[in-house]
Amino acid sequence: MTIGDIFASDFLVRVILRGLAVGTLVSLCSAVLGVSLVLKRYSMIGDGLSHVGFFGLALASCAGVGSLYSMEISIPVVILSAVLILRLSKNDGRLNGDAACAVVSTGAVAVGTLLYNLTGGRSGDICSSLFGSSSIFTISGKDMLLSLALSAAVLVWFVLSFKTIFAVTFDETFARAAGVKTGFFGLTLSVLTGLTIVVGMKMMGSIMISALLIFPPLTAMRLTGNFRRTVVLSAVISALSFVVGYLAACWCSLSETLQPVQTGAAVVTVDLLVFCAVYGIAWLTGRIRQKRAGKTAD
Amino acid sequence: MTIIEARDLTLAYEGVTAAEGVSFTLAAGDYLCVVGENGSGKSTLLKAVTGELKPAGGVLTVDPELRRQGIGYLPQQSKIQRDFPASVREVVLSGCVRGEGGGFLWRSASKKKADAAMELLDIADLAERTFGDLSGGQRQRTLLARAVCASDRLLLLDEPVTGLDPEAAHGMYAAIRRINEERGCAVMMVTHDVGCALREAKTVLSMCRGHSFFGTVAAYERHERLDEAADEILHHHGHEGHSVFAASLTRELNQQTEKARSGGEGGATA
Repeated sequence: MTIGDIFASDFLVRVILRGLAVGTLVSLCSAVLGVSLVLKRYSMIGDGLSHVGFFGLALASCAGVGSLYSMEISIPVVILSAVLILRLSKNDGRLNGDAACAVVSTGAVAVGTLLYNLTGGRSGDICSSLFGSSSIFTISGKDMLLSLALSAAVLVWFVLSFKTIFAVTFDETFARAAGVKTGFFGLTLSVLTGLTIVVGMKMMGSIMISALLIFPPLTAMRLTGNFRRTVVLSAVISALSFVVGYLAACWCSLSETLQPVQTGAAVVTVDLLVFCAVYGIAWLTGRIRQKRAGKTAD
Repeated sequence: MTIIEARDLTLAYEGVTAAEGVSFTLAAGDYLCVVGENGSGKSTLLKAVTGELKPAGGVLTVDPELRRQGIGYLPQQSKIQRDFPASVREVVLSGCVRGEGGGFLWRSASKKKADAAMELLDIADLAERTFGDLSGGQRQRTLLARAVCASDRLLLLDEPVTGLDPEAAHGMYAAIRRINEERGCAVMMVTHDVGCALREAKTVLSMCRGHSFFGTVAAYERHERLDEAADEILHHHGHEGHSVFAASLTRELNQQTEKARSGGEGGATA
């Protein structure tokens, strides 16, 4: 199939655009939420929630709701887990944060896998909820509307509370003394992270989705020392990486000579390449500057 | 007007008592230094004032208006990450967060306030620099500017000069004095530097297990335990190998005592 053939088919164009719209918005959401998660050392919470998302999918498939994927089930499951993980990770001497995340996330994967097994799910189901769907024809019109609404809600919240987000991320103790309700903020952050994960999971897979939360913010942090610029750069890097990775995956899937690849893997690989390129260049320029400084010192 | 009043306060952290029998008052525009050894519950007391920690016993009354408006807090330095991408201007602006509405951009009133605070602390030329790249003294001045933006009625400072060289420390003290005197902002400062407490503050709260002392600087100097405290400090730091530091501290303490004695009984904090 050539590019001309793809554009000749209304159906294909519609499917690809659907994927692009949902994926780009999810990438934007995860990139901006990820900045706060990475800086607050909450990366593990994102990872934990994505595994809980897998459990949500298993529950949905076991309850026989719709097809493999059902946001109606996984959204409440992930929201409850977000509250639970946050509660557990509060330092009250029982469990520390990363241990709590590990308990919840591995537990969720174990129970989810059992649910698939016991209800006669195919191993293909487990595979696609972990690694993302291998087909690009997976997003229904209804899925798309729900995804767009959720992503829009996350982005609106982020822009409206941007200043609070910065104050709390930078220094929670100070923000609390200055009169910010920091507990509510932490809860909102993890619930919205959960929502973003649920929305993105179908395309990216529950293992890959947390990469979207972590790679773009880390890359952006290497490029600038200003918070607002970090957020904007992270969003831009994430969206561009998604578009490149997604279109590459579509191209492989539709071409007759190439093997189909999974969207999540393609997108995360692009994110990884950008990350490595930025860190590599930063390291090289650092070395060159050091050498120059050494020469002038001589 | 009294803005903070503590009576026979007991503070506990994760079930372990950090301080007990603490009483003091802080009036508007006052300058209170909290001194005491490591682990005497000084920082825990600040946490109780900000509302982060509930007192385990006794009474702590903080002017409710103050809690509503927000308190300018300068936490202990080590808690903030060095690799955080934030410019000095952003950090100072974040002090204005309470009065802000929603949106991606800061209101111009907040920007003016932040500019004034940076001017006051002499960091206006650093505004676009990354916070993590600054020297220790510059970082502390930035965080003090942020605290100034958060409140014009009460600053809580937790070891503001720890780890700074003498010149930077001197600059910090001068800035704090200016904020206290020119803006009439009450200051409550935790420090282990008794010499500075006597030089800078109007009132002193000395926290020791079982026997805390609260009073004016003159009263504290008369406080018979001063020499004993100096011995304790010498012993403590000598044990850790900082005998030079301890000796200079003792010398300073002795000079202070000398001055207090020769200055007569009625000597206020000149």
